[in-house]
Amino acid sequence: MAKTLFDKIWDAHTVTTVDGGMCVIYIDQHLIHEVTSPQAFQGLRDRGLQVARPAKTLATADHNVPTKNQHLPIVEELSRYQVAKLDENCRDFGVTVYGLGHDKQGIVHVIGPELGITQPGMTIVCGDSHTSTHGAFGSIAFGIGTSQVEQVLASQCLILQKPKRMRITVDGELALGVLSKDIILYIISKLTAAGGTGHFIEYAGSTIRSLSMEARMTICNMSIEMGARGGMIAPDETTYEYVEGREKAPQGAEWDRKLALWKELYTDADAVFDTEYHFDAADIAPMVTYGTNPGMGMQVTDHIPSGNQSESFAKSLDYMGLEKGKSLLEHPVQYVFIGSCTNSRIEDLRLVADFVKGRQVAENITAWVVPGSQQVRKQAVAEGIDQVLIEAGFDFREAGCSACLAMNEDKIPAGAYCVSTSNRNFEGRQGPGARTILASPLMAAATAVEGKIVDVRAYLQHEEA
Amino acid sequence: MKKLDQVNSTCVPLPIEDVDTDQIIPARFLKATTKEGFGDNLFRDWRYEKDDSPKEDFVLNNAIYSGTILVAGRNFGCGSSREHAAWALGDYGFQVVVSSFFADIFKGNAMNNGILPITVTQEFLDEIFRAIEADPEAKLSVSLTKQSIAIEGSDAKQSFEIDPYKKMCLLNGYDDIDYLISIKDQIEAHEVAQP
Repeated sequence: MAKTLFDKIWDAHTVTTVDGGMCVIYIDQHLIHEVTSPQAFQGLRDRGLQVARPAKTLATADHNVPTKNQHLPIVEELSRYQVAKLDENCRDFGVTVYGLGHDKQGIVHVIGPELGITQPGMTIVCGDSHTSTHGAFGSIAFGIGTSQVEQVLASQCLILQKPKRMRITVDGELALGVLSKDIILYIISKLTAAGGTGHFIEYAGSTIRSLSMEARMTICNMSIEMGARGGMIAPDETTYEYVEGREKAPQGAEWDRKLALWKELYTDADAVFDTEYHFDAADIAPMVTYGTNPGMGMQVTDHIPSGNQSESFAKSLDYMGLEKGKSLLEHPVQYVFIGSCTNSRIEDLRLVADFVKGRQVAENITAWVVPGSQQVRKQAVAEGIDQVLIEAGFDFREAGCSACLAMNEDKIPAGAYCVSTSNRNFEGRQGPGARTILASPLMAAATAVEGKIVDVRAYLQHEEA
Repeated sequence: MKKLDQVNSTCVPLPIEDVDTDQIIPARFLKATTKEGFGDNLFRDWRYEKDDSPKEDFVLNNAIYSGTILVAGRNFGCGSSREHAAWALGDYGFQVVVSSFFADIFKGNAMNNGILPITVTQEFLDEIFRAIEADPEAKLSVSLTKQSIAIEGSDAKQSFEIDPYKKMCLLNGYDDIDYLISIKDQIEAHEVAQP
């Protein structure tokens, strides 16, 4: 029978079913961070259990870590305690941890791929909804709750309902200044913040195939923002090339063996999806969000929809201090945040550095660039990106989740507008009262320079001419 | 995990759509390393002013609404996978959440903590909201055994779906680890059989 990519991996990982209903799924790689794991480790202690497969488990500290002076103890007591607790739990249970200060530390969804841990055909889970990022490699990767973290620690398995299958196909060539972040913000704006619920998405089409691995990760990362369990892209030469030679990637004969298996990972021609969408790359322009969920997005040249009469919509605009029918062009901004598991990789930093070289951050703007990992930071320094950013007036910080979720010291003040390359514009996400406008790294860089929201395409066309 | 079956209670109405888990429990309260005490910060930024005084127009601060059933707008629990959202709802005292649509991860987290998420049609949800608006003392009657939800004193009633295994777990207070540990041999056999 014809199978989708998702079905092939799911079926290969099904240990058994519970009375013919829910599936027991084997997990190849479990990623852990400090926020959603302490109660799970405590659960193991309470039950007298061990970690079943420590070698398939890797931990890092990312959500709570400061992005300045990481060599000093964390100032905030609760954050310090939680990060220390991760080290203690990992030591007690024999789990490898890349804690604060380690040269492989970073955002969990940045370090998995860069270390070659994330590989095609795997099942990957983490107590974090943006685990969908790893689907870019043709793996089934999704976020789980703490009870499930405990289940995987205890048994290396989860009991799951098989999701429905959705395929989103994007064909055609992207216009200048349109990035993969714009593709996914565009898709979410069309499908809404709930449009993918109950589904696992496969992204396909010539536009998706043309993207780099890092650009693909940005798309899969935000699958959860339309409610999908995860998103994936079938592996191809781009994928193999990215994985090969990385620290934890298979080597030698094992590489050849794995590669042969990975080449079977595609959706069969006549496989059927529960839901299908098609988009044309030519319709996609630089995007911004105007509301308090990622589905409330529009092209930067559009006006905020005036037809929606719901109370929730009005509440959202009220929080944002915006009005129906208005454009966001020229709207003043106070903060620019470039970072998060969505857009903090070396290609993102290169794009931003290329754009701001010879330009200056506007006086009214506080602009942060937060690399996703120590390795990304090291690479940026090696390429001189740090100097370009600093000369332009950016604050080039150390690796962590930073102002994506304001659990650490990096917060946006109440009432301030922040153009952010992160993934969520929820109320208070970047700090109580903070107003988030999601956009691509290029749009964020242009905003930083102009001090207000602009259409980045104008600058790029000018340079080309 | 606490057992759950029959719940008859007045409701707390929250007719807002796309309530995300950052609203249910903001990230700055996720620094605890135990599961207790999250109820105090449930809906923190909708519930309290910056100086910690209660916001009077928020439903949890309105004494006419109480009960162990939360009735919320569609797409409840979207966003972050934080189970702290389920812990906060449970710690506050909610046993059941009713909506026309739940985010997947939240739904799983709720059931893993003995909280029953009930998906009803949008029409039935609107009917519940109208019933509560007409009479804040209006009660819902929920039976997990029968998979039914009804507005007491009216004909309004619906059945709801739940996986038979998850139903058994909730009725008996079992969690998934008990089951997974019991099939350890099968899991090991699966590992050995990998290409």
